[in-house]
Amino acid sequence: MEENKYTAANYKSDQSVRWCPGCGDHAILNSLHKAMATVGVAPHMTAVISGIGCSSRLPYYMNTYGFHTIHGRAAAIATGFKVANPEMTVWQISGDGDGLAIGGNHFIHAVRRNIDLNIMLLNNKIYGLTKGQYSPTSDRGFVSKSSPYGTTEDPFIPAELVFGARGNFFARSIDVELATTQEVMVAAAQHKGTSVVEILQNCVIFNHGIHNAITDKEYRADRTIHLRHGEKMLFGKDGNKGIVQDGFLLKAVEIGVDGYTIDDVLVHDAHCESNFLHQQLAMMDGKELPLAVGVIRDVEALTYNEEIDKQVAEVRAKKGFSSLRDMILAGETWEVK
Amino acid sequence: MLENTNIKVLDKVVVRFSGDSGDGMQLAGNIFTNVSAGVGNQVSTFPDYPAEIRAPQGSLSGVSGFQVSVGTGVYTPGDQADVLIAMNPAALKQNVKFLKAGGVIIVDIDSFKESDLKKALFETDEPFKELGITAQVVEVPITSMTKAALAETGLDNKSVLKCRNIFALGLVCWLFDRPLESALQHLKAKFAKKPAIYDANALVIQAGYDYGHNIHASVSTYRIETEAARPGKYTDINGNTATAWGLIMAAEKAGRPLFLGSYPITPATDILHELAKRKDLGVKACQMEDEIAGVCSAIGAAFAGNLAVTSTSGPGLALKSEGIGLAVMAELPLVIIDVQRGGPSTGLPTKTEQTDLFQALYGRNGESPLAVMAPASPTDCFTMAFEACRVAVEHMTPVILLTDAFIGNGSSAWRIPDADEYPEIHPRYVPEELKATWRAYLRDEETKVRYWAIPGTEGCAHRLGGLEKDYNTGAISTDPVNHEKMVYTRKEKIDRIANNIPALEVQCDADADTLIVGWGGTYGHLYTAAQELNKAGKKVAFAHFRYINPLPANTAEVFAKYRRVIVAELNTGQFADFLQAKFPEVKISRINKVQGQPFLVKEIIDGVTKIMED
Repeated sequence: MEENKYTAANYKSDQSVRWCPGCGDHAILNSLHKAMATVGVAPHMTAVISGIGCSSRLPYYMNTYGFHTIHGRAAAIATGFKVANPEMTVWQISGDGDGLAIGGNHFIHAVRRNIDLNIMLLNNKIYGLTKGQYSPTSDRGFVSKSSPYGTTEDPFIPAELVFGARGNFFARSIDVELATTQEVMVAAAQHKGTSVVEILQNCVIFNHGIHNAITDKEYRADRTIHLRHGEKMLFGKDGNKGIVQDGFLLKAVEIGVDGYTIDDVLVHDAHCESNFLHQQLAMMDGKELPLAVGVIRDVEALTYNEEIDKQVAEVRAKKGFSSLRDMILAGETWEVK
Repeated sequence: MLENTNIKVLDKVVVRFSGDSGDGMQLAGNIFTNVSAGVGNQVSTFPDYPAEIRAPQGSLSGVSGFQVSVGTGVYTPGDQADVLIAMNPAALKQNVKFLKAGGVIIVDIDSFKESDLKKALFETDEPFKELGITAQVVEVPITSMTKAALAETGLDNKSVLKCRNIFALGLVCWLFDRPLESALQHLKAKFAKKPAIYDANALVIQAGYDYGHNIHASVSTYRIETEAARPGKYTDINGNTATAWGLIMAAEKAGRPLFLGSYPITPATDILHELAKRKDLGVKACQMEDEIAGVCSAIGAAFAGNLAVTSTSGPGLALKSEGIGLAVMAELPLVIIDVQRGGPSTGLPTKTEQTDLFQALYGRNGESPLAVMAPASPTDCFTMAFEACRVAVEHMTPVILLTDAFIGNGSSAWRIPDADEYPEIHPRYVPEELKATWRAYLRDEETKVRYWAIPGTEGCAHRLGGLEKDYNTGAISTDPVNHEKMVYTRKEKIDRIANNIPALEVQCDADADTLIVGWGGTYGHLYTAAQELNKAGKKVAFAHFRYINPLPANTAEVFAKYRRVIVAELNTGQFADFLQAKFPEVKISRINKVQGQPFLVKEIIDGVTKIMED
């Protein structure tokens, strides 16, 4: 890949962006344009495929091949696209409703197959386009138009689904942290296989401030941790807090307090094949333990599309039919003269 | 070999194999079919099997049948059988109704013990009397003869019993003077990886053949006329395989890779099986997580530039509806194969019907026209699968191909086409001169076809979607007038396909005043019935539709020549309604059957005769 051949502008379409002013999607779109320029895949070799929902309008704002499809089906459509045209870099844009409710089945199967897609899961914990119903990521008791007395169900935690489906790449960011979003998008694109990036996104109209407990500037540094492969898991305004192992669990400590030193603080290994620690890191929720952003898991594994291509090549090398007629004539036939 | 026996000479015969679903009746029937096709007969088969994989042994619900007609002028598997093979009392009870007057029944008398009769719910120990059978019954100790033939092999009892079907096959081969060498070749191919089983079956088929020879005094044998077929290489093919191969041929002629997104469903799964094998021709067949993912992966593949297909049956087509609507809106080439079965809901999964026509035509939200086609026979599945692809690619539209369980599972001898027998397919790529100014929904004004820009092409990046688009710019548009224009454009695009498909042909007595009309998989029965009506002096013509939406351009012209049109179909009148709405001036009578079974020729003859008398 040649560097700097493309700029963010090369990936922008001429359509005016129609999201509400203040919507987190604007920042995510900007991060995506920049991330694509950094990755350097040509716009005509890039496809952006979405489902339905506010965030799924995104392909119209890209100067790439794009497909705004139907509710929940982006992962299935993107899978067919990638298998059919594996040279293309394929991005999927889905919201929490699109990806985890109506499209939950396709989502987990895409992750299980490990097809080479970059799935951007924009999580605002609400249905925005239908004007404010709870979503499968809304917390228990959440009050919305369709749950006026509060929901009576527990939410999905996207990371948990990804690990449950044996995912090999999971990263997280927050819409307002453009640099982090760009960083994890680039990592997702560079990862071979299904990459899931959860981006906490603010819906300014129907769920304003839903992520505030974590994302508010006042305490963001203390309630989030930016994980980087090979680096100590440190966080906090002064960078003096760390994650240590406590039996089978994790614990947040202050260095110098209770006898904890920098040597006790864990070093992040995103490439570790076992996902045991990755799961624990991804499940940290910003309460007792800081919410993790950055690339949490990034492990190489066989991809669905490459294995199909490999199998086709192997079978063809062995049997070598040049045409349908060849193949049929190699079977049982008889001749009428 | 047949010199000393009583020989009946016939132009065609019908044989029905029946037994437990685990008895291997389908295999015995298939080999008999292939052997007959190999000696130059026309063949038509009808596998009639239960939905249960293994119902209780010997029970009525577990009976599996395989009917085949071989000879000349064979267009159907036959209404009734000349010879019925019943491996047990349950098979006899379920199948005796399919025997022709004067036919012969061959039973394995070893499995007519008291306990066997009980399992088949016989009330007396005289099954033939209880069923009122007057036909000749040949009682053959198939089980004990099979055991005797294999006594020396040391094969375990279970494996020995599994060879009973091949004993019956040997006997039938003798009865119809079929060459055993050919049957042995088929067995060898079937058991290529189990030489011990092949050896056992080779012994058993010879034993069955010899047994027939030894009893020749008591039963007639048959000599079947053969007719010189068109020269060429032939193979035996069933409709589902023909469908799969037709798709591959189209991919070759269009120069686009073939993609299948599918999910297993009876009776369509064999298309997935065949295409999964065809990685040796570069086909990518993906078994997806559900029916919706099947169609959606195909839509993704179509957008990506492949010849994309999804295969299913009625319930699956229902699940795919929203996806197909997206393909209508995005104007992408997509072939949807519906191997129709009995419905509604799960219905009769292994039985045949033509009840999905309305679903294919209208089963989507909004105004969402698409092309609908239906092959006439197992071998026609090849041609029509090719045609569905040709129309999809050349007209940038989804095409639903309605086959059915009868032609999908049924087989015929098929002349393997030469490479140049099918036309080139011309994808409507963005013309060079338009590339600079091209927009996603720019179309050829003559055909109304949108151009196809394959992702990866520089300068053609574009966005498609399910939202309505502006006719000129391709941007999202909610303009009311533009929407109406787009609705009519999409309709017009489908209507104009009529200029790119063959005209409707009239067969039989074209000068008659009554026209029998059918569509899809009922062709063989309707054609045979029309011929027989002509032979009996009844003046009827016959027109069969393989292109349903749009109809062939000359349809109105053909109908205008007849005083009466009789539409015969395996539903309550869907095609008749469709035609009546389009041609209100035509007097349409109907013959309908919704029993999960194909027509009998006799039913059509009786129905037409009755309507003509009215």
